[in-house]
Amino acid sequence: MAVWLVRSRTFVHSLSKKMGFLGVYPSRSSWDASFMQYSSSSSAILSLVDNRYGSRPYGFFDNSATRFLVPRFKSTEPERDLDSQHIKEDEEDHDQALDFPGGKVPFTSEMSFISESGDKRVPCYRVLDDNGEPIVSSNFVQVSKEIAVKMYSDMVTLQMMDSIFYEAQRQGRISFYLTTSGEEAINIASAAALSADDLVLPQYREPGVLLWRGFTLQDFANQCFGNKADSGKARQMPIHYVSKNHNYFAVSSPMATQLPQAVGVAYSLKMDGKNACVATYFGDGGSSEGDFHAALNFSAVLEAPVVFICRNNGWAISTPTEEQFRSDGLVVRGRAYGIRSIRVDGNDALAVYSAIHAAREMAVREQRPILVEALTYRVGHHSTSDDSTKYRPLNEIEYWKLTRNPVNRFRKWVEKKGWWSDKDDSELRGSIRKQILQAIQIAEKTEKPPLADMFSDVYDKQPSNLQEQEKLLRETIKRHPQDYPSYVPV
Amino acid sequence: MTVRDALNSALDEEMSADPKVFLMGEEVGEYQGAYKISKGLLDKYGPERVLDTPITEAGFTGIGVGAAYYGLRPVVEFMTFNFSMQAIDHIINSAAKSNYMSAGQISVPIVFRGPNGAAAGVGAQHSQCYAAWFAACPGLKVLAPYSSEDARGLLKAAIRDPDPVVFLENELLYGESFPVSAEVLDSSFCLPIGKAKIEKAGKDVTITAFSKMVGYALKAAEILTKEGISAEVINLRSIRPLDRPTINDSVRKTNRLVTVEEGFPQHGVGAEICTSIVEESFGYLDAPVERIAGADVPMPYAANLERLAVPQVEDIVRAAKRACYRSMPLAAAA
Repeated sequence: MAVWLVRSRTFVHSLSKKMGFLGVYPSRSSWDASFMQYSSSSSAILSLVDNRYGSRPYGFFDNSATRFLVPRFKSTEPERDLDSQHIKEDEEDHDQALDFPGGKVPFTSEMSFISESGDKRVPCYRVLDDNGEPIVSSNFVQVSKEIAVKMYSDMVTLQMMDSIFYEAQRQGRISFYLTTSGEEAINIASAAALSADDLVLPQYREPGVLLWRGFTLQDFANQCFGNKADSGKARQMPIHYVSKNHNYFAVSSPMATQLPQAVGVAYSLKMDGKNACVATYFGDGGSSEGDFHAALNFSAVLEAPVVFICRNNGWAISTPTEEQFRSDGLVVRGRAYGIRSIRVDGNDALAVYSAIHAAREMAVREQRPILVEALTYRVGHHSTSDDSTKYRPLNEIEYWKLTRNPVNRFRKWVEKKGWWSDKDDSELRGSIRKQILQAIQIAEKTEKPPLADMFSDVYDKQPSNLQEQEKLLRETIKRHPQDYPSYVPV
Repeated sequence: MTVRDALNSALDEEMSADPKVFLMGEEVGEYQGAYKISKGLLDKYGPERVLDTPITEAGFTGIGVGAAYYGLRPVVEFMTFNFSMQAIDHIINSAAKSNYMSAGQISVPIVFRGPNGAAAGVGAQHSQCYAAWFAACPGLKVLAPYSSEDARGLLKAAIRDPDPVVFLENELLYGESFPVSAEVLDSSFCLPIGKAKIEKAGKDVTITAFSKMVGYALKAAEILTKEGISAEVINLRSIRPLDRPTINDSVRKTNRLVTVEEGFPQHGVGAEICTSIVEESFGYLDAPVERIAGADVPMPYAANLERLAVPQVEDIVRAAKRACYRSMPLAAAA
């Protein structure tokens, strides 16, 4: 992998050196032609690779857990240029092209502007209809019973955990919480499609990914209650989880900072030659940040294996998407950066699973970034500091909560497959509820972290000034024990 | 050896010793560096280790931090630290605080380097000194080399350090040449972070300075010697952690202090040093602490105004004399 990297970057580098900017770069048309082959069969995928860079080792992602339907890549083909009718191709001038820095460009004598939007919106990939029935002509990555049941169980667990922790905040037992209501399919199905080695850089509405990877309900509770059992030493406010063991980077409050960081992590992965990718999540609001632009642009230039997953849930606190951007969502921006992209129904667990699965494969195999826009709806308030009924109608929220619910939809499919029953469901929900309440009880009673944890980890090694401060603080506490809270260990 | 060569050789040696070290920034590759600090490195190490970045400080700083999260050791160059303000969220919130917020799970062994402070005739948006701002932040280490020895030793230390380091160079010093010993030229040479250097020993007054001002302080010390005042010049080298023991020991010896810096006076490095002395060595002071800093205005462009906005050798001399009760009353000295 590292060798391949060297070849690709120095290839362009040495090419540009030899030929200067008026030289011939691999032309657009050969790119498109090889991409069209891509969808027809897996051997064509290998020949796509062969065309450009010579033979490479392949077949190192033997993922025996899933089987592929042959025409699956049709759904991942990039949308053919909708606007070609606006740019007339001058047939006689086909061979005539202008040389400019960046390559050859065909020219036209007709002045026309590319429209600000296509005549229709980019279609959205879905597998199940609203009743959980597979759409007749859909192609998707098959999911085993084991994975499907785990997906459904985790979606239910996530939903229940959110609901109970939210209540705990309302009761004043934790200081803050935010839910993933309505986005359970995106959380769990995307996590299921990634491998455990893939590194995840979340925004903050993706605890489901951690849940899938093995973070326990007790772990979640400990972080929210800020006790000494928290693996993050209670340094961060609730829902700002971090777990190196689960390849889940720290949730960070400033928006979209994880996007360029993800590209950096992917770059590091490339240099390591690891067979893994980086998956990073963000919302429709986060996409307005400058970091979004830099990250996508850079990832394409650096050829970094990043899957950018956008949860377009319609709302950024009180800002609806019409006030956030005027493009056709996020999917159309991919092309602006030279990034392959897809739009998927974020409330359809199977569609999300298939899209992320395919995206990940492409990212790793071709060492390129992929953009996945998952359309969904933020059913809950932005957080416990928000009351969304102040800026959107109650019936809209209820509609999405009841009729477009991703958990119910997937449940119908799993039940129809004979893998789940009502009895299983009530048992699961009863058990989860007990576990969550117990986790909260235990977390609430667990001691807070000791004083020493305030002064460690600022630097790799504790500097002398902090050692002095800690010493001074301990002495002060000894002198005035009545002023020090009894429930905080020293 | 010039400071430029010192930095170049330090980068070269550290990149050679550790394949995880890589350089990124605008113009660092093909252009050989905006100030030619990374000359020859692209040819030697290739484009995977010397990255010419698109123009987005926020972007490439975020990417550098991400790479450091996952184990690489990036050296991120800002064409000038004035542009680091566009990336300051990543420097503080993503780099400085990460080790603490993640309870030690995510460390960030990154170096941010570039020219800092005033150059010559570059105006307000290219002349600010950022030492005080960065040094205020726990989680960061802030270094400011003066001589070639400083440049080599401190840059090597910064690259080897597991914590995020802000390395403040000075454009006008790049071309200056300093004598270096064989020890300094050895590839294992490294200076400790957090230790200041006493450039010139003295007994009457302590003058602290960093970066270019060290040169000015030394010139001032020469003039003072002729007038019978023996000044001790301390080259801070490390703004965070500040070498409080060395500064305090010096003031306990001389009983008088003049702090010199190029940056804005309010909440500056001199203010912190003064407080350190007041907290630890108040009884030893025989005169109020004198603080020399840049003028409290955005840097003007006109050459005559620029000269007035930045400390000059005469300002340091006058301040030292005031501290020694040898000067004329302030009104006459203006």
